[in-house]
Amino acid sequence: MSTRDKVIAIIAEQAVLDPSDVTEQSTLEDLGIDSLGLVESIFAIEEEFDISIPFNANDPSESDFDISNVGAIIAGIEKLVAEQS
Amino acid sequence: MKRVVITGAGTINALGHSVPETFEAMREGRCGIGQLEFRDVERLAIQIGGQVRGFEAEGRFNRQQMTLYDRFTQFTLTAAEQAIAQAGLEFHGDMAARSGVVLGTAGGGVSTWDDNYRSVYEDGKNRVHPFVVPKLMNNAAASHVSMQYNLKGPSFTVSTACASSNHAMAQAFQMIRSGMAPAMVTGGSESMLCFGGVKAWEGLRVMSKDACRPFSLTRSGMVQGEGAGIFVFEDYEHAKKRGAEILCEVIGYAMSSDASDIVMPSKQGAARAMSGALADARINADEVGYINAHGTGTAANDKTECAAVADVFGPHADRLMISSTKSMHGHLIGGTGAVELLACIMALRDGVIAPTIGYEEPDPECALDVVPNEARDADVSVVLSNAFAFGGLNAVLALRKV
Repeated sequence: MSTRDKVIAIIAEQAVLDPSDVTEQSTLEDLGIDSLGLVESIFAIEEEFDISIPFNANDPSESDFDISNVGAIIAGIEKLVAEQS
Repeated sequence: MKRVVITGAGTINALGHSVPETFEAMREGRCGIGQLEFRDVERLAIQIGGQVRGFEAEGRFNRQQMTLYDRFTQFTLTAAEQAIAQAGLEFHGDMAARSGVVLGTAGGGVSTWDDNYRSVYEDGKNRVHPFVVPKLMNNAAASHVSMQYNLKGPSFTVSTACASSNHAMAQAFQMIRSGMAPAMVTGGSESMLCFGGVKAWEGLRVMSKDACRPFSLTRSGMVQGEGAGIFVFEDYEHAKKRGAEILCEVIGYAMSSDASDIVMPSKQGAARAMSGALADARINADEVGYINAHGTGTAANDKTECAAVADVFGPHADRLMISSTKSMHGHLIGGTGAVELLACIMALRDGVIAPTIGYEEPDPECALDVVPNEARDADVSVVLSNAFAFGGLNAVLALRKV
């Protein structure tokens, strides 16, 4: 599975949706993921890829990690995974 | 209904090992938050906290006591000794039979859990000390205070996360007001500053890596603290008759549940607790001169709390002062309301409002007088102390100058 597919699978599970219903344009709000769900997703992604995501739940928009939509999240993860290897 | 007054106060926290030391630090706007020091701290992403320093439990308690006293109990007993000495009360006969201990803690013996899990899981040991359970239980501190001071009346521990101490003190207040008890030892303590305790909090991603800056636009989250605040609540007539020094009067309280979300606070729940406390104390909103805020330094709390204050107090919200002393001593979780009650006593007795330190830039969503960075002299006669817990459980106390 590609990084993209893995991230989508994690987000889909959190949103209780089929992965095919999650697109790169989807926002977390569209998917019905609230702040607690977001923290859980970030945790699951960190565990999956063994990376550390710079994300502060106090003010997500101020974090160095773009969560504006699924595509942005995937791009961020791909960058972190690349940096790690 | 009996009037209820506070005749003794004790504390140990990151700002000091006594009430006078804590008052002095609050007046000076000193920060007790710094680099954490304990085993495995290097594996934490969050390495700051309001840790109690220079506390030598080994010299204070004997070997047998040390096997039974978790750090949260040690803090409690240290603060209780000060409070009961100041009150000058001794508990014998009927007085002992009717007076009890109600304390708050969220985690109880967290470091005892931590040390012993490490021992069996990491070190592979198959045996733990026989007193692990009586050491870590949430009511251990209340029980040891009861035993040490012969308090035989209603005694228990309340655990409502960050509102534990306020819920506990509300219970003690109610027991005296109703005539059930002549005096109660109350307050709370917490000691979660160990590897497992901080690691658990890290998971929520609401912890700051640099400082606790409540109400400031530049806030970056909460910072944990540790310690205890213990008080003697007493029937006013009882205190007067024996010529006790009265620190202030407790005049009312209210408790509410948001019934909405396990971590996100609700403006309505907070507002109902504040307005309920005013109604219980039979005071008008415009009599309140100071609010000790819950003020955790998270965006979720600070914005919600300020909006709730604006709702309850209307135009008077712009005239009252509201500060968060968590900026100095950190968030003591289940013990926080107790240590913060000291700021209320200082406001009423000394006319000094403790500041919100670390304040850098106004947040338009927290546009109240948060007493930024420097303590202020002010004559206030009624104050509130807010606590809004995870789980949506709120408790607010109202106090008056005597």
